[in-house]
Amino acid sequence: MALVEIKNLHKSFGTNHVLRGIDFTVEQGEVVCVIGPSGSGKSTLLRCVNLLEKPQEGQVIVRGEDITDPDCHLDAARQQIGMVFQQFNLFPHLSVLANCTVAQRTVLKRGPQDADRIARANLERVGLSDKIHAYPAQLSGGQQQRVAIARALSMDPALMLFDEPTSALDPELVGDVLTVMRKLALDGMTMLVVTHEMAFAREVADRVVFMDAGVIVEQGPPADVIGSPKEERTRTFLRRVLDPTHVEPA
Amino acid sequence: MSTDTTETRPADASPDRPGAINAVPVRHPGRWVAIAVIVILAGMLVHLLVTNKAFDWRFVFQAMNQQPVIHGFLKGTLLVTVLSMIVGVGGGVLLAVMRLSDNPILAGVSWVFTWFFRSIPRYILLFTMGTLGILFPQGIAFGIPFDWKIMDWLGMSGDWRFFTLDANQVFTGIVAGVIGLGLSEAAYMAEIARAGIMSVDKGQAEAAEALGMSSGKVMRRVVLPQAMRVIVPPTGNETIAMLKDTSLLLAVPVIAELFYQLQSIGSTYYKTFPIAVAATLYYLAATSVLMVGQYFLERHFGRGFGTKAPRAARPAGAGGA
Repeated sequence: MALVEIKNLHKSFGTNHVLRGIDFTVEQGEVVCVIGPSGSGKSTLLRCVNLLEKPQEGQVIVRGEDITDPDCHLDAARQQIGMVFQQFNLFPHLSVLANCTVAQRTVLKRGPQDADRIARANLERVGLSDKIHAYPAQLSGGQQQRVAIARALSMDPALMLFDEPTSALDPELVGDVLTVMRKLALDGMTMLVVTHEMAFAREVADRVVFMDAGVIVEQGPPADVIGSPKEERTRTFLRRVLDPTHVEPA
Repeated sequence: MSTDTTETRPADASPDRPGAINAVPVRHPGRWVAIAVIVILAGMLVHLLVTNKAFDWRFVFQAMNQQPVIHGFLKGTLLVTVLSMIVGVGGGVLLAVMRLSDNPILAGVSWVFTWFFRSIPRYILLFTMGTLGILFPQGIAFGIPFDWKIMDWLGMSGDWRFFTLDANQVFTGIVAGVIGLGLSEAAYMAEIARAGIMSVDKGQAEAAEALGMSSGKVMRRVVLPQAMRVIVPPTGNETIAMLKDTSLLLAVPVIAELFYQLQSIGSTYYKTFPIAVAATLYYLAATSVLMVGQYFLERHFGRGFGTKAPRAARPAGAGGA
């Protein structure tokens, strides 16, 4: 059984039809990168997986449970899905350690010692053991994003969603975050990543999904989709991304 | 301006190295004029305070020291301020959460409450509170609503009331004052709290929801603590205003209140001006204490914003790249 199964997903904002019938699955342990031009609906798709956006039509099935069903216990489903945002969204009034323990304590009802131990282990994993008492505003963007990853991991999720995790970072800080994500993938975490980092997608992804105008245009192993795309739209996009100075022939 | 420039020696005095800068401190003649004017005005004020017989300082301090005045200050002014602000802040946050909820009924109730209590002058509201007992000649009963109708319909006798309060006891004195001032304050605090909640970035609630927090936990753990940073400064304002509005308690009427007690001393001894001075000193002192409290509250809720952190929690060298 697939970990996540999405069936015929439609989402509109007003008259703007952002997702036009998405079907796809993520298997246990798989790393899937979603690429595509801005406005193609890839972030919206990701945000539909934990229902931060409510789709108008279609189903999102996580571990066999349809979370679009109004009777579904959504908060419980979200505990299994970690999410990392483009703008980090750390809680600025809490220390790094408290950022990683607050949901463990209040949602999973873990005791203070357990929560503390798990948070410290995950901060160690992202290489920030020395910052546990700092506040988010005292950290660089790259450090904040790694704390955000540790915060999500502290809930022991079955799936991690990454919404353009490096897009808000200064170029020299991108590497640290990608290193953490690469390690996570090697540890067998199931990951769904919306990204513009083609090198990362090519190296780490088991499968690359190319989206444009609210539909999945093409998907497959990175060597195929990025290396030798079949669709013209994919080729145009990749030419622009991989060689921004390239001018289209008139 | 020539006074604002620093002069250097001509460069050709030593061709290899420029000479030492012959710096002249920037002159501020305007400041000296201002200081002179203020010193003279302050001197005039001190002279007035010390020599003018109308102040009658001995009487001022004697009046401030009277038992009913101190009692009125503690009970009618301080206690009512504290209780009304508890009702006001609690009610205001609740009203703000209702107003911002997706439930149109709750949002509407909150809007109507705010509309009603913001429309009534506090003096008139307090006067009305003191007379509300007339609405409930048989007291305010707690029990099943419309119990007599249901009883009648079922053919039973008796009532389903658990306990009854005497309305004339409820709507009198300090209790009526706290209800009136508290409800009025809640209406104002609702807008302050709403502004605070809306000031918190939407991504904060999203991140908390994504971690599986229920909407109540999101509000309590993530949104409100950050909203407090915006809520506290105007709430300090409101508290100081409330301290002064307790002098309106006379409308209820409540006589265990600072200004009423001072005035009754004043009218007994035919000394009205020293009484005004005594009241001013009391309110100045109380407001100063409140401002100190506000400073500590703002520091507490400012944690993590900017780069200032509580000293104990800041590791050496923190500050990040």
